[in-house]
Amino acid sequence: MSAFDKLTTARSNNRLTSIDYINALFSDSFFELHGDRRFGDDKAVVGGIGMLRDDMPVTVIGLEKGRDTKERMERNFGSAHPEGYRKALRLMKQAEKFHRPVLCFVDTSGAFCGIGAEERGQGQAIAENLMEMMTLKTPILSILIGEGGSGGALGLAVANEVWMLENAVYSVISPEGCASILWKDSSKTAYAAECLRITAQDLFKLKVVERVIREPKSVESKMFDSLRGLIASTFDRYNDMSIDKLLDQRYNRFRVMGNNVTPLEPVVEDSNTAQT
Amino acid sequence: MFNNDLFTFLKPKNELEQSQGEAPVSSPEIPDTMWVKCPKCRALILTADLESNHKVCAKCGHHMRLSPRERISLLSDDQSFEEFDKDMVSSNILSFPDYDLKLQSARHKSGENESVVTGRCLIGGINTVLGVMDPGFMMASMGTVTGEKITRAFEYATEHSLPVVMCTASGGARMQEGILSLMQMAKTSGAVKRHSDAGLLYITVLTDPTTGGVTASFAMEGDIILSEPNALIGFAGPRVIEQTIRQKLPKDFQTAEFVEQKGFIDAVVPRKELKAAVAKLLKMHSTAAQREG
Repeated sequence: MSAFDKLTTARSNNRLTSIDYINALFSDSFFELHGDRRFGDDKAVVGGIGMLRDDMPVTVIGLEKGRDTKERMERNFGSAHPEGYRKALRLMKQAEKFHRPVLCFVDTSGAFCGIGAEERGQGQAIAENLMEMMTLKTPILSILIGEGGSGGALGLAVANEVWMLENAVYSVISPEGCASILWKDSSKTAYAAECLRITAQDLFKLKVVERVIREPKSVESKMFDSLRGLIASTFDRYNDMSIDKLLDQRYNRFRVMGNNVTPLEPVVEDSNTAQT
Repeated sequence: MFNNDLFTFLKPKNELEQSQGEAPVSSPEIPDTMWVKCPKCRALILTADLESNHKVCAKCGHHMRLSPRERISLLSDDQSFEEFDKDMVSSNILSFPDYDLKLQSARHKSGENESVVTGRCLIGGINTVLGVMDPGFMMASMGTVTGEKITRAFEYATEHSLPVVMCTASGGARMQEGILSLMQMAKTSGAVKRHSDAGLLYITVLTDPTTGGVTASFAMEGDIILSEPNALIGFAGPRVIEQTIRQKLPKDFQTAEFVEQKGFIDAVVPRKELKAAVAKLLKMHSTAAQREG
């Protein structure tokens, strides 16, 4: 699959969303918690507590695009406002207080760009999450399940480990935006997608993600059992670390990024990257 | 006063040029001529007068952009600036098309190796780590080396118990470095947090334009956030917002004054008062060790 094919797959309306993952992993133990205690409740962010294992309550937070047209409108297509990031941070601080690990699902084309979002400090809200997540004294795991759109995705992805589904994408800018800004040519979107290295496979090579996961196709998939086990054992591993070691690991994970990889081979502009 | 209309032919060549689509606002440069036209009020200003006024239009108060060296000489005590990591340069990790050429041209145009200059200096006699971003270098976009230099500056300040003053400007992340550019937001934020947890002061000075990933990371993480008047401050660029919501934005939207009114900036400080304001704040937080030359 080309990067553009993956981009299309990652954006597909038929994909499982954060709520599907939460339901499949936590079944009826999930209890949803609303609001940022500052301004409102952003439905683009779903958060709450669930039992990952009998002995493991987990704070779970997901960027939610919605599963049908009506819900997608309500959830602003997964593009959160500042209050969404502030709700997420509130729940993370709560998790820290009660020594619960934090599990984040990321699926957004980006933080919302609009008047209200700017007025209420979109940049400040994301910045605060990045800072506070870096020293949150409990393990954090973020899983990119669909689209990982720039700062809006990173706002829930400062974690001890970041995993990606095999067809998820993670990018600093949409390939459309990149093609239009750099080359003023929207027909170069597929080429831009390739050059930006947005696929899970490329990001694994760049050491930006620790694990690429095969995709469950439905909520009933047996893969959720193994995914649940994998997440729980990962949290076990990080729970065994001292807090200092846990935070050093998270800091160093980002500290070395870009310094610890060899340059990639150039992308050849050919039929694979040409758009039809 | 001259009739401005008579002198339109003297318009600096660069005044209306956009720098490769990365600049949300046109960037006026001072040519080697005697006169410069203010891009805001269109008054003609003697180049020498403009320089002595720190590139602020005497007529309308418009703050033109400064190079990092001009900013450093504005803020630091005479000859006290010692630069960090001066020779650090970006490499094209993703092998992104034409990125090497862009870097080369940015280095040539700005005379700097990267989009941020960092170092230590005295400001009003206080030992301070100072960082200045350069809108003349690929619109101060944040690449891996930008993030690395800023992170090292904060780590140095933490290790030596020094305050940090960071003058921000940025069109956002540097897309030629893809996801690695995005990761700099987390990396720098981590270094800011460690500096903060050590009980040290961090002042940000937002300058025109501060947008994108820089706004959503270290620009908004200062203990005290100052801004120059009328600077463009935002997360998303105004054009992106207009395209998203399909309506025109209010006139003063995303100006420093607007952002201050919304509660996200402590004070808008005119350039001629900037050094005194920063020095005063540094002094109020300083320890005996920081005051020793």
